[in-house]
Amino acid sequence: MIRLILFFVACIALIPSSGHAADDGYGYPIQGSYEATILGTPAQLMPELPAKIRSRQLVLDVFPGRQKPPIFFYDEGLLCTFAYQDKKAPLVFLIAGSGASAQSAKLMTMMKALYQAGFHVITLPSPTTANFIISASQSSIPGDMAEDAADLYRVMEAAWKQVKGDIEVTSFHLGGYSQGASQAAFVAKLDEELRTFNFRKVLMINPPVSVYNSATKIEDLMQKIPGGSRKQGIFFNKMLSKFSEFYRYGNYVAINDEFLYSIYTEQLFSQEETAGLIGLTYRINLAGLIFSSDVMTNSGYVVPKNRVLTPTDSLSDFFLVSTHLSFFDYFNEYFYPYFQKRRPGLTKQGLIDSQSLRSIEGYLKSSPKFAVMANENDFILSRAELDYLRQLFGARAKIYPRGGHLGNLEYKDNLAFMVDFFKK
Amino acid sequence: MPQKIFSNLLSIFALVFSLILTGCAATRFNTESEVPARHSINEFRDQRFAEVADPWEGFNRSMYRFNYYFDKHVFLPVVSGYEFITPTFVQERVSGIYNNLGEVRNFTNSLLQLKGAETVTTLGRFLTNSTLGLGGMFDPATSFGLKRHDEDFGKTLGYWGADSGPYLVLPIYGPSSLRDTSGLAVDSGVNFGIYTAVAPFGNSDKSLVIAAGIKTMEAIDTRHQQSFRYYESGYPFEYYMVRFFYHEKREIESRPPRKEDK
Repeated sequence: MIRLILFFVACIALIPSSGHAADDGYGYPIQGSYEATILGTPAQLMPELPAKIRSRQLVLDVFPGRQKPPIFFYDEGLLCTFAYQDKKAPLVFLIAGSGASAQSAKLMTMMKALYQAGFHVITLPSPTTANFIISASQSSIPGDMAEDAADLYRVMEAAWKQVKGDIEVTSFHLGGYSQGASQAAFVAKLDEELRTFNFRKVLMINPPVSVYNSATKIEDLMQKIPGGSRKQGIFFNKMLSKFSEFYRYGNYVAINDEFLYSIYTEQLFSQEETAGLIGLTYRINLAGLIFSSDVMTNSGYVVPKNRVLTPTDSLSDFFLVSTHLSFFDYFNEYFYPYFQKRRPGLTKQGLIDSQSLRSIEGYLKSSPKFAVMANENDFILSRAELDYLRQLFGARAKIYPRGGHLGNLEYKDNLAFMVDFFKK
Repeated sequence: MPQKIFSNLLSIFALVFSLILTGCAATRFNTESEVPARHSINEFRDQRFAEVADPWEGFNRSMYRFNYYFDKHVFLPVVSGYEFITPTFVQERVSGIYNNLGEVRNFTNSLLQLKGAETVTTLGRFLTNSTLGLGGMFDPATSFGLKRHDEDFGKTLGYWGADSGPYLVLPIYGPSSLRDTSGLAVDSGVNFGIYTAVAPFGNSDKSLVIAAGIKTMEAIDTRHQQSFRYYESGYPFEYYMVRFFYHEKREIESRPPRKEDK
C-alpha cells in the first residue's frame, strides 16, 4: 500500500534523470535529499537484473495456534520471500525498513542482485508492519530493539527450518536497510549467544543511530505544514487539488510517467510541501502500526477496549484518529508505559537510549563482521550522528556524498558494493 | 449445455456469497463490555483525507472480501495455470489481441466525447495494429507515435458532467462507482452488439461456446495483466487507500476540460 502512497508522493518531485552529476566520481544524479528519497534510482541507472529468478513465497506460522482477531482474517502467517540457487551457496537474510514488507521494491532489487551473484536469499518484513505485529511479534508492540531482534531471530529460525531440506548452505550473512539495518546489528549480537547462524558478515544500509532521534527528524517534517500535523487532512486535500488541476490544465493522456515527470520539471510542489508529504507518508505507515498493535493487544488506545471488529466494519474513524497520532504520542502513551510496567525503574531516557546503536557500540566496534553504508545528506541523521558512524566503523564505513534516505540504494555502484561485501 | 454450466456456476456463486455474508454476521461476539478508547474522533478538527462517498461501505467490504476469496480459490489458480503452460511470448501476443479489441471501446467513447484528434489517433492505432500488427499481436502504432488513449463510457459520462456517484466494489471486477458500473454495462452492450453484427462464428453451431471461450480468455488475460492482489499490502487501512486511488484517478482522468477549451 505504501507503494501506492509513494506513487502519489512521487509526483511531487520527479527529477530529470539526465541531471548533471557533481564532479566527485559518484554517478548518482539526484542532488536534493528529499527528492532522492522520494524518487529513488532512475531505472537506467540500476544494474541489469534478471527478470525472473527461482524464488517462492514462505508463509511462516511462527506462533502455532495463535488466535487472530476476525478483522485480520486474511493474515495467514508471516510472508517472506525465498530465492534459491541449485548449488551450494551462502544464504543472506535481508530485513526491510520501517513499514516495508518482504516484497518491497527495494528488497526485491537487493535480492535479485545477490541472487545474480550466486547467493540464496530470504527477505523479511519489518517488525513495524501489520503482518509482523499480527503473526510474528511476541508482544505485538514493536519498536524495542532487543525484543524486535528476538522476534526476527525466531522468524529466521522458522524460515530456515522450512527451507533447509531444499538447499545447501555454506555460510550465513545478514543485511538490512533503514530501521532494518539497526535491527540487523541487534540480531547479530543476539546470534553471538544463540549461535544458530554464526553470521559471517553483516551489512547495515542507511541505519538510524538513534531510532528516537530519527523519528523526531521525520516528525519535524510535518511541522512545515500550515497549522502543523493536526491539519494534515486540509494540507493533503490542498496538495491533491493542486495535483489534479495541474493534470487538467496540461494536455495529458493519463496519469503516467510522462505526467509525473512534468510535475517535477514544473516544480509543482515547494520544498516545504515535499517535506510535509514525506512526513505524512510516514504517519500513514505509523497509523497501520498503531491500529494493528492496539487491536492485537486490546489496549483501548484507538479502538474501544473489548470491541471485536468484523471484516465488514468501517474503520474510517480509526484511520483518521491513527494518522493524527504522532510518534511521540505512541512512544509516551503506549510504548513507554508498556515497558515501564515490565521493567520497573525504567526511565524514558533509559528506554530511548536502549534503542540506539550506542548501546551496543563496544560490540559493533570490535566485531570485524560489520560494514555500514550511509549518505552525507540522509535527513534522518544529524551531522554528529554521521560522524559517529564514521568514527565507530572507521574503514568499514562507506559514506556516499548524496542519495538522501535510501534514494541511492538501487544505484548500480551501491548494489555492487553490497554484493562485493558479502562475497569477500 | 453451456447454459447449464452457466447456471451451475451462478448457483455456486450464490452459495459462496451467502456463506460469506452470513459468515461475517456469525463472527460478531462480545463477551466483555466496551470501554471507550483513549483517543477518539472527537479530539480532531481536521478534514478527512482520502475521503470518498461510500454509503454502502458494509456491502463494499463484503465484496472486497469475496473478491479476495474468489481470486484465491478460483481466479488466480486459473491465471497461474495459464501462465505456467503458455510461453511468455504467447502471453504477450494474447494481451496484444485483447488490448487491440479494446480500441473499439476507446474509439466509440472518444467519439462520444467529441475529441477529434484522439478519435483519429485511436482509429489509426486500431487500423495499424489490426493489419501491420497482425490483429493486435504486435503494436507498431506506438512506435509510429500513435499513443493509446484509454476511454470508456464511465469516462464519457464524467466528461459530460455526470458525478461519479457512490463508490461500489463489484464482484470479481473490483473497485468501481455507480457511474462507472453503468458505463461498464453500456460498453459491454456495445461490444456485444458489434460482436453479434460481425458474427465471425455466426454460422457455426458452436457459436455460443466459442463466444464464452473468448470472454473467459479475456477475463484471464485481464487478470494476468493486473498485479493487484487483495489484502496483499497487509496494511489494515488498505480498503481506504484502494478506494481513494481508484476514485481519484478516475476523477482526474474523466473531468470535463476547461471551459476555455470548448
